[in-house]
Amino acid sequence: MLLVVLSPLLLAALAFALPSRRARPLLLLAGAIGHAAGVAWLWAEPGQGIEGWLSLDAPGKVVLATVSALFLASAAYAQRYLRLREDRENRIFVGGLLVLLSALSVVALAQHLGILWVAIEVTTLTTAPLIYFDRDARSLEAAWKYLLVCSLGVALALLGTFFLALSSAGPGGPHSLSVRELVAAGPALSRPWVRAAFVFLLVGYGTKMGLAPLHSWKPDAYGEAPGLLGAILSGGVTSAAFLALARVLQVCGAAGEGEFARQALLAMGLLSMALAGVFIVGQRDYKRMLAYSSVEHMGILAVGLGVGGAAGAGAFFHALNNGLVKGVLFLAAGSIHRSYGTKQVDEVRGALRRLPLSGPLFLAGFFAVTGAPPFGPFFSELTILQGAFATGHALTGCLFLAFTAVIFVGMGAIVLGVVQGDPAGCPERPGQEDGWGNAAPTLALLVASLALGLYLPPSLRDLFAAASATVGGRP
Amino acid sequence: MTAFAQTVFILVVMIDFFVLASSRLKAAIGAVAAQGALLALLPILLAPQELHVAHVLALSLGALLVKGIGIPYLLRWAMREASVSREVEPVVGYVPSLVLGGLGVMLAFAFSATLPLPTPEKHPYLVATSLSTVWTGLLLVVSRQKAVSQVLGFLVLENGVFVFGLLLSDFMPWMVEAGVLLDLFAAVFVMGIVIFHIHRTFSSLDTGKLSALRD
Amino acid sequence: MTLHALARAALQLALLVLLPPLLPGLVARVKARVAGRQGPPVWQLYADLARLCRKGEVKSLTAGAPFHLGPVVGAAGALAAGLLVPGPGSPALLSFQGDLFLLTGLLAAGRFATVLAALDTGSAFEGMGAAREVTFASLAEPALFVCLLVLSRATGELSLSGMLGPALPGAWAQWAPALLLCAVALFVVALAENSRIPVDDPTTHLELTMIHEVMVLDHSGPDLALVLYGAAVKLYVFGALLARLTLGGAGQGILSGALGLLLGLGLFAGTVGLVESSMARLRLVRVPQLLVGAGVLSLFAFVLLVR
Repeated sequence: MLLVVLSPLLLAALAFALPSRRARPLLLLAGAIGHAAGVAWLWAEPGQGIEGWLSLDAPGKVVLATVSALFLASAAYAQRYLRLREDRENRIFVGGLLVLLSALSVVALAQHLGILWVAIEVTTLTTAPLIYFDRDARSLEAAWKYLLVCSLGVALALLGTFFLALSSAGPGGPHSLSVRELVAAGPALSRPWVRAAFVFLLVGYGTKMGLAPLHSWKPDAYGEAPGLLGAILSGGVTSAAFLALARVLQVCGAAGEGEFARQALLAMGLLSMALAGVFIVGQRDYKRMLAYSSVEHMGILAVGLGVGGAAGAGAFFHALNNGLVKGVLFLAAGSIHRSYGTKQVDEVRGALRRLPLSGPLFLAGFFAVTGAPPFGPFFSELTILQGAFATGHALTGCLFLAFTAVIFVGMGAIVLGVVQGDPAGCPERPGQEDGWGNAAPTLALLVASLALGLYLPPSLRDLFAAASATVGGRP
Repeated sequence: MTAFAQTVFILVVMIDFFVLASSRLKAAIGAVAAQGALLALLPILLAPQELHVAHVLALSLGALLVKGIGIPYLLRWAMREASVSREVEPVVGYVPSLVLGGLGVMLAFAFSATLPLPTPEKHPYLVATSLSTVWTGLLLVVSRQKAVSQVLGFLVLENGVFVFGLLLSDFMPWMVEAGVLLDLFAAVFVMGIVIFHIHRTFSSLDTGKLSALRD
Repeated sequence: MTLHALARAALQLALLVLLPPLLPGLVARVKARVAGRQGPPVWQLYADLARLCRKGEVKSLTAGAPFHLGPVVGAAGALAAGLLVPGPGSPALLSFQGDLFLLTGLLAAGRFATVLAALDTGSAFEGMGAAREVTFASLAEPALFVCLLVLSRATGELSLSGMLGPALPGAWAQWAPALLLCAVALFVVALAENSRIPVDDPTTHLELTMIHEVMVLDHSGPDLALVLYGAAVKLYVFGALLARLTLGGAGQGILSGALGLLLGLGLFAGTVGLVESSMARLRLVRVPQLLVGAGVLSLFAFVLLVR
């Protein structure tokens, strides 16, 4: 288990030390492959971990798998990407990504709320410089806003963590931040403090996730970051934040504040979906559009978690799907951006023709992310909807459908505009033709998402149900 | 000890007011440094009878070094690099932010008396001071325009969280405070570097100029 | 009335009427000494008042009754306010429940009369000064009120003589931080009400920078003497309040009380002089911040009390 956490760190140190710009992307690939191997081993043989601090349970498995798969694809993509961008110094980029991988693994494995918080903070600090990879004014602005807003959120999450610790400090309380002990102590926790803690933790980790109204950094950060980083941020980091919220919900549910917590999650989830719809319609920049799509999907996750039970299982399934599909979208969008040199929707047409590999992938990704069958997200969203209607959240279900419909139309207009038509007359950057180096990882992710949609192995289905049950979903 | 701790808490709140009203960045940085130094005294003042002397001293020293000396030095360096010395008129003016801050402090002090504390109370003013300082930090981050001022707001917020963490130092000594200090240092370090780049790119630290990205 | 009470009243009245001109002189002397100069003698204002009373007056043709009433009402208001402040061997010459409102009201009446006189001249400078004066007063008065409220709450009394009387040492023992904050806020209000640096510079000769001085620019002769005397009495009122507050009403006997008052007034004048010497006048846009800050301080002190 420690291998999964430590090996990326070691490789990161190596990346910082290595003077050769060419060789560093290989370290990234090595780290990703090693990590994937470690995860596969852990999946088969969870082991004991460090009692009370790090161990693998069902929700952690889901997030760890998502992160690992996404990283593997991104690392493969990065080989060609970093070679194309050899003008830029990639020491911080590669090193930062490896540290990020390690931190995300810690989040997935964390069974102690303190460790969880430290890992989330590390993800913020290590990704902020990476957003500035392009070294221009816009990406600097994005990096600053990201750093400030997310640090603020994480600081508030720390206060919430302290509140939770205080709630456990009463007579009969466990006096600790270990999830297991807190859940076991359940009713002994001081309820006003648990409630206050949940509010702060929701705000803090919700900021990291990008739930509305705390999402203001997302369009800027995802819009300006390189496509590769955008994929990892929107698929990996948000999943980690989602897991953090799920753990908090686990504790709150045990303490008796579950109902309050769920209501809050439902409200924020629906708000996120609504806001995403508002801002996607008429969006002029296709990368910012992807950011709002991420806000929407975080909303879906929050709704799933808020409804609980079967919808909770759907939420975990959706976390996996979201990671894969966002990877497809961002990597493909990155290729399109590099080829056309612009992110403005008005100036980009005919991606299907100019980029015969990435263009169709982008289109397919759009269908996947908006929940069209037979891709995975359709089934996960369906599960969430079914869960909502089954447990009496009919209004939630209807709003969910309405918002997804709006977003489908809004995104569709933009994506179809980008991919269809004749690319002649659009700006073109030389030397950025499509290649299998770009497209193969993206295709792999898409195929994985398709496979999950077509056939969901019962073991996975059980895993998601177990995850939802662990987090305290209602049966 | 209680009276002295009371004085420290009141001084911390005074410094909150001062930073809210101040437009001179040097004075504000100095005030936050003083606040950090004051907070470094608190672990010693509030130490329970069965104390782990080494831990308490280490925590105080760490807080002093990081909050009182290290980070202000970093901020002053950033100021020198960018040759800023004054804040531009903030989004929320000085008088309204002073009033808002005052309101927040008052609410914090008035209501913290009614919050039931599971553990024996260390000092009646602790929770109130912590919440007031967090509120002040939030106000500062949201309303100020210069990047250095926003970082100051973040610092003040972390100071408030640190004060709250003192409540837990009985049974969760290391993780709590070390976590706060580490977070603070790392975050401000990264922020300092980004500020340096902002100055280089925009020739100013006015985040009002960071407005190219919008919907 | 016993002889003791009569003597006490006579002493208080004498102090109120005769002592005030000493204070601005003391302040000026402290400022001069800090600047390394010899400075005017402390009884300079007495000589100035006597000289002005002997002089003739230059009357404006456009100014009418309000112009002449201004100095009179100002001085009268200040003297009446002084009657409410407890002197050596409390209580004050005039005291009843809720007289703190009368105190602020009398000071406000004096200010109102001065402002009217300034507006009556029809001059742009005076009008500008009047506008500034009322703006800052509207911010300083709430602070003053809250300070007095803090005192009232801490001692449980509703009259100035009660608040600054025997109940005060007990209040200091229990609520020291709050009362200290209250004293600081009261000091800032005193600086504002008496037009001292950092709110206003009493020695400036540039009309555009004046607040109080410019309102009384057109008075001359006995009117000017009344203006200066009224300002001195106002300074005495605030000084006496602060002296009683900080020195805790020490000494109930006449002599010890008188000594305590003199000591407190001396300290007050010295502090004002030091503050004036070490600071520059604040930019006018910053003065509201200072006053609101004082108000927030006093509100904080109040919250500390009711917690």
